[in-house]
Amino acid sequence: MEVFLVSLLNGLVYGMLLFMLASGLTLIFSMMGVLNFAHASAFMLGAYFAYSISLIAGFWVALFDAPILCGLLGAAIERFGLRRVHRNGHVAELLFTFGLAMVIEKVVQMSWGLLAVPYRIPAGLDFPLFSVYGTQFPAYRAFMLLISGLMFLAIWLALTRTRVGLVIQASLTHPEMARALGHDVPKVFTLVFASGMALAGLAGVIGGNYQTTSPSMAVTMGPIVFVVVVFGGLGSLLGCFIASLLMGLIQTFAVVLDYSAADLLANVGLTVTRSSPFGELLTMPLPRIGALLPYILLVLILWFRPRGLMGTRDT
Amino acid sequence: MKSIYRAALAALAMILSVAVTPAGAQGTIKMAYTDPLSGAFAQVGDSNLKMWSYLIDYINAKGGAAGRKFELVPFDNKSQPADALLALKSATDQNMPFIVQCSGSNIAAALIEAIDKHNARNPDNRIIYINCGAVATELTNEKCSFWHFRFDLNVAQKAEVLVRALPKNITKVYLINQDYLFGQSVQRDVKTFLKQVRPDVQIVGDELIPLGKIQDFSPYITKVKASGAQALLSGNWGPDINLLLKAGFDAGVDLRYYTFYAHLAGGPTTIGPAGDGKVYSVMPNSENLPVEKGLKEADEFIQGFHKANPGMKFDFSSVGFRTILEYLQEAINKTGSVDPTKIAFALEGMKRKDLFNYDTMMRKEDHQVMMEYMVGQLSKGNKYDSEGTGLGWKVSAVVEAKDLMQPTTCMMKRPAK
Repeated sequence: MEVFLVSLLNGLVYGMLLFMLASGLTLIFSMMGVLNFAHASAFMLGAYFAYSISLIAGFWVALFDAPILCGLLGAAIERFGLRRVHRNGHVAELLFTFGLAMVIEKVVQMSWGLLAVPYRIPAGLDFPLFSVYGTQFPAYRAFMLLISGLMFLAIWLALTRTRVGLVIQASLTHPEMARALGHDVPKVFTLVFASGMALAGLAGVIGGNYQTTSPSMAVTMGPIVFVVVVFGGLGSLLGCFIASLLMGLIQTFAVVLDYSAADLLANVGLTVTRSSPFGELLTMPLPRIGALLPYILLVLILWFRPRGLMGTRDT
Repeated sequence: MKSIYRAALAALAMILSVAVTPAGAQGTIKMAYTDPLSGAFAQVGDSNLKMWSYLIDYINAKGGAAGRKFELVPFDNKSQPADALLALKSATDQNMPFIVQCSGSNIAAALIEAIDKHNARNPDNRIIYINCGAVATELTNEKCSFWHFRFDLNVAQKAEVLVRALPKNITKVYLINQDYLFGQSVQRDVKTFLKQVRPDVQIVGDELIPLGKIQDFSPYITKVKASGAQALLSGNWGPDINLLLKAGFDAGVDLRYYTFYAHLAGGPTTIGPAGDGKVYSVMPNSENLPVEKGLKEADEFIQGFHKANPGMKFDFSSVGFRTILEYLQEAINKTGSVDPTKIAFALEGMKRKDLFNYDTMMRKEDHQVMMEYMVGQLSKGNKYDSEGTGLGWKVSAVVEAKDLMQPTTCMMKRPAK
């Protein structure tokens, strides 16, 4: 019970962090058809911007300013980069963002150094909020949950209850028709791309001090975010939300469940040892392959349900 | 514009002069140095290079060897064995007597194999491989070579240091290691020495994690806590150790962390004030070691590095490189030449006191250095802190060379003298 409760909380926090990163990407992906490789770079930039700003003006200023900077950068990238490349098709766009991710990583290395920077949790939030069976739950994690929860609410309201949201939704599903009705679809693209990057930046601001702020953070977060987006389904914020929480919980619980396929087989009366056929694989405990589970799920969902969990059209 | 041309010309002249300087008797004693100087691990080579150049200046001020000065010639290997072999090729083409490499046992294995072949085929143009930090134990066991000299402890020895430094009141430990060759050998060796040296210690958990894949270690900490362990032993490096420690501090679990690599550049920065007194690391030396031992000269020598390199945030952790240069100096002076074969024979079994006045020895049987190693505790209130964090490495235990003489399986093949 103790382990279950603590793991549940941890899985929730990690899942919500994934959601913050993935929500922007899923909007960009579904709208523009671009798998934005530079998305995790915005996450990294958000953390580094926040670090630099917090040195001068403190964490709370950074919380607002860093995402805005990322958003402005996103708008510039879309307006002056992607829009030009767009004429040459999706593959060119994909390669463009891929190259951009490399460039951003190098620029970060050159500006802030190769090592991690001491971006710390603000003193006002650096205390244990409560403890579950002796394991402390830091206030900062609760703060992360709060921010990401608010963000989910805000995006959802913006998409469903505002005029801009309606236009975005229309451009998502029927770009030609939206354009024919006189809406400036390219501008909507810029807006979505910029907000996506800003959201990733926000995730970086609150994720950078929760994890570590180093030049490798984009590379480590990149793949799992793609999994969430594809798994959740294109254009579906809810799908993305569910997928994020699912991935967070799966990775957390995979660690604490010390079972292997052999244990399952033992229940039905089959004994497997390391010397049996496939023994090495079957006796592999779950924690050792836990980090791979999301990718296994990715393969499975593309196989059985290519549109993803809640997607409205095929990937 | 003119000045640019002039600068370009000067640069060109410099390149040419380097290229045409004969590597023969009257020049410097050239040591090729190959490590990652670009790419993800550039930091490693970069900081090593700074430490090397400080030490080479020192040894040259002490007269170099046989009236000649040492010179380090860097080659970037981008952490790739193939590039390290290119560096070796350049080194042998220029008749350099030594090649130095510190990072990556896979690269070390490739170098050993290539050097064995090269030296057998070219008796007039041999080269010695100075290993300053590739620590896979087999490099001085089944893969051992006459031309390879390792000046750092191997994984098994480091594991023994860690086990010997474990305080008596710790009887329940949890192991977490990375799921690849290095992590698995740490896991195996720590278990072996726990059985030998500390049979009273119980291993309450033993885990392998995928290398560099985990962003949140909280679930692991939950497990460690549930197991009732008092100490967490880990060979993890990079993000895998930093994030693990962070998760532990966040959960407020009462644990001590015994690590292999928390002291590497960037470690103290990511650990931060929350780690005060909780983190231990197996390390060659700490800047506080001479302070605690009352060695004024060694203290000044180490701080001299920071004076020579202001603004460098990392610790001067590789004072052991000085021991390497002193061994080479003595061997060259003894043989009166830079003939690699003679030097290699002279290095075998050589004994010296190091900077901290401990005994060191280059063991003849396997060319594994025997030296002291320490376990540091990251804590406040030390004379020297790390990376401006206010936390420094306090000496928790020093294990001397005589306690680390592990048996070897090396069957050394020696050339004719």
